[in-house]
Amino acid sequence: MTMLKWITKDTNINFMGARKFTFLFSTLLVILSCLSMYFKSFNFGIDFSGGVLMEIKANQPINVEEIRSKLSVLKLDELNLQTIGEAGDELMIRAQAENADEAAQRKAVVDIKQILGNSYEYRRVENVGPQVGDELKTAGIVASVLAMIAIALYIWIRFEWQFAVGALIGLFHDIVITAGLLSYFRFDFSLTTVAAILTLVGYSINDTVVTYDRIRENLKKYRKMPQLDLLNKSINDIFSRTILTGITTLIAVLPLYFWGGDALASFSFTILAGLIIGTYSSIFVCTAFLNLFDLRAVEHKDENNYFGSIG
Amino acid sequence: MYKLSLQRIIMILAVCVIGIFYAVPNFVQNAKTRLPSWWQPVNLGLDLQGGSSLLLEVDLNAALKDRMQSLEDSARAALKDARVRYQGISSGSDGLKVKIEDANARAKAITPLRKMDEGLTVAEKDGSLVVTYDEQALNQIKSKLVEQSIEIVRKRIDEYGTNEPIIQSQGYGRILVQLPGIQNPEEVKILLGKTAKMTFHLVDSSTTPTEAKRGKLKSSSRVIRGSGGEQYVIVRKPAVGGETLTDASVSFQDGAAAVSFKFNNLGAKKFGEVTKNNVGEQLAIVLDDEVISAPTIQTAITGGSGVITGNYSSESAQELALLLRSGALPAPLNILEERTVGAGLGADSIKAGVFASIIGLIGVIVFLLLAYGLFGLFTSITVFLNLFLMLGTLSLIGATLTLPGIAGIILTIGMAVDANVLIFERMREEVKSGRSIKDAIETGFSFAWGTIFDSNLTTLIAAAVLFYFGSGPVRGFAVTLAIGIVTSLFTSVTVTRLIITAWFNRFKPKALPI
Repeated sequence: MTMLKWITKDTNINFMGARKFTFLFSTLLVILSCLSMYFKSFNFGIDFSGGVLMEIKANQPINVEEIRSKLSVLKLDELNLQTIGEAGDELMIRAQAENADEAAQRKAVVDIKQILGNSYEYRRVENVGPQVGDELKTAGIVASVLAMIAIALYIWIRFEWQFAVGALIGLFHDIVITAGLLSYFRFDFSLTTVAAILTLVGYSINDTVVTYDRIRENLKKYRKMPQLDLLNKSINDIFSRTILTGITTLIAVLPLYFWGGDALASFSFTILAGLIIGTYSSIFVCTAFLNLFDLRAVEHKDENNYFGSIG
Repeated sequence: MYKLSLQRIIMILAVCVIGIFYAVPNFVQNAKTRLPSWWQPVNLGLDLQGGSSLLLEVDLNAALKDRMQSLEDSARAALKDARVRYQGISSGSDGLKVKIEDANARAKAITPLRKMDEGLTVAEKDGSLVVTYDEQALNQIKSKLVEQSIEIVRKRIDEYGTNEPIIQSQGYGRILVQLPGIQNPEEVKILLGKTAKMTFHLVDSSTTPTEAKRGKLKSSSRVIRGSGGEQYVIVRKPAVGGETLTDASVSFQDGAAAVSFKFNNLGAKKFGEVTKNNVGEQLAIVLDDEVISAPTIQTAITGGSGVITGNYSSESAQELALLLRSGALPAPLNILEERTVGAGLGADSIKAGVFASIIGLIGVIVFLLLAYGLFGLFTSITVFLNLFLMLGTLSLIGATLTLPGIAGIILTIGMAVDANVLIFERMREEVKSGRSIKDAIETGFSFAWGTIFDSNLTTLIAAAVLFYFGSGPVRGFAVTLAIGIVTSLFTSVTVTRLIITAWFNRFKPKALPI
């Protein structure tokens, strides 16, 4: 009846055997990501950079060059025109007014509308002042850092500090590499992207917690097993779960990436990338990190849940 | 063994039924008009239904400057009453500086200056007295300014007539205005961009603007621009204030649009006195620091009403009447952020989001059936149930669904399955290690619970942080994510347990179908 039996088959893979290779691989990815962020920076949306964003739609394909030359009479910085979708009848206009203050930007919107006239449908008009952009940038960073600290604290309460540090390193690894990919592929980096990154933080930590839970359980169950074998066994024990959950989430999110529309492209990309990297890091970063310590010497907190059970 | 008591079954089913009941309006066409107000579909964010959102900032500095300016006038009067000679007086947004060279006179001036208003402190500095509000008073003044501004913004937008506008204070000195359905917010921006402070001043006929510029100007008068570019000299102190207006409307005088207004009793009395005592003088009508007209008083006007004529079209007269009716803003407003989504894009976003969700849902269910067979079917039931419960909860608490919120729903579909997978995998292991089916089911649930709880709580932490720091669409996402976590815990643990126990009791299976 269950056709995908192979997924739930017991595995006995030597994950930890690859830890030296994956350590190098992860380090390399983190370095490349940092380089990309440093040299290519991000394609910040107007949420963060401030400026004007418009999306227009016409009845026929839009001639980008014609619009560019029409708009060239205006004093606009960083004018960026880009068609959206396959039909070519939609255009995204991004620009910054020359003195970048709110009033100049408001005027820029009015001017652009006046030049383009009524033959277009104005599907989106956004205007974010530089002050708000800076504030949102700060809020985004504070939110990410705070979420990480709060999660690490929780792990620390429920596990031991080595686990909390391991989880935090894993999170850092996931965030940096995902951000690196966003930077390298020039995805729009907006408030929604920050939301996606925080969601991936939740997902990745979810995966790590499941793994750590099992390691703790096995530490009590197999008191004589060598540590490396125990870590391997723990990952293998829950490997079918890792794959099943990973695939279902992937199946749920993939359509969002392909058909969710332009506004969700960077959101779903971040989730997709985070999903894969998060699953990888729970095994090869978070768990491999634990091997640096003698876990048997650590006094383990009671694994029974303080919160009782639901029923 | 887990007991399947009647009470428990009824409670679980009740929660499901209530959730589904509140989710139903989302599948009814034109539910907004056809269903009662307590049974409505989820609110759609502006990014989905189309509309305009403006973030305004109350220019507190400008308002404080105004306030200090009037304090300056009171200071002149107070010092005159106390017979204190002063060498100069100046004001800024942070305070008032009174230069008094004589130390005795300075000491004498402190009390009358402090008594001008509540919360004032007077300090001595380099031969001057510096008058400022203490922090508590200043905060009070500021929060009152914001409060009043919101009030006026609400009145103006109500007068303008839009559907279900949302006007709320956000952060420090900010006002968020959301206007569903408004595609072109220019008119609203013009309405909010004017403080519309109207006052009536007598024109100072003892001098002319040209002479005044050469220095022949009383300290109680000032030069002001007219709307046609001309100059007037007016008495600083208003003869009648704009706050005494009760009504304004468009009227026509000799075929030209004009604005007629009415005073309340106090204003009518004041206006009557001023016009009676100053027949033959000019009375300037000043709007936002600009003279819009300065008619000569022909006779005493005691009826408590008047007409402003000028170069008005019927639109601009309409606009002025609206502004006067809704009252003056205590401070100018700056537009910090503006986002408008067309109805077309909103509808497309909903279509795309719903389509992606359906494809995702079908994919997940097919995969679950393939991987888990019968238990996959059970899980699919809970996934659907979860979807209804999420929608029901969102509708019930009046939350706002945004485009990222739809993404949150899809994400929850994927993540909710995780709890079931954890439980089922645990059962499988327990069977393998030799436990009976009954025991395996039992342990599967109890052992997986700790893990499920931990992993969901961490996601809830992320959602809480997002809610706190996010705004608009992101906040919508955080709300859906948080609700999804709670409802999915219920469906994938409690409901799954109910289903599996019922299945076990009914069929007494010899092996787990996983």
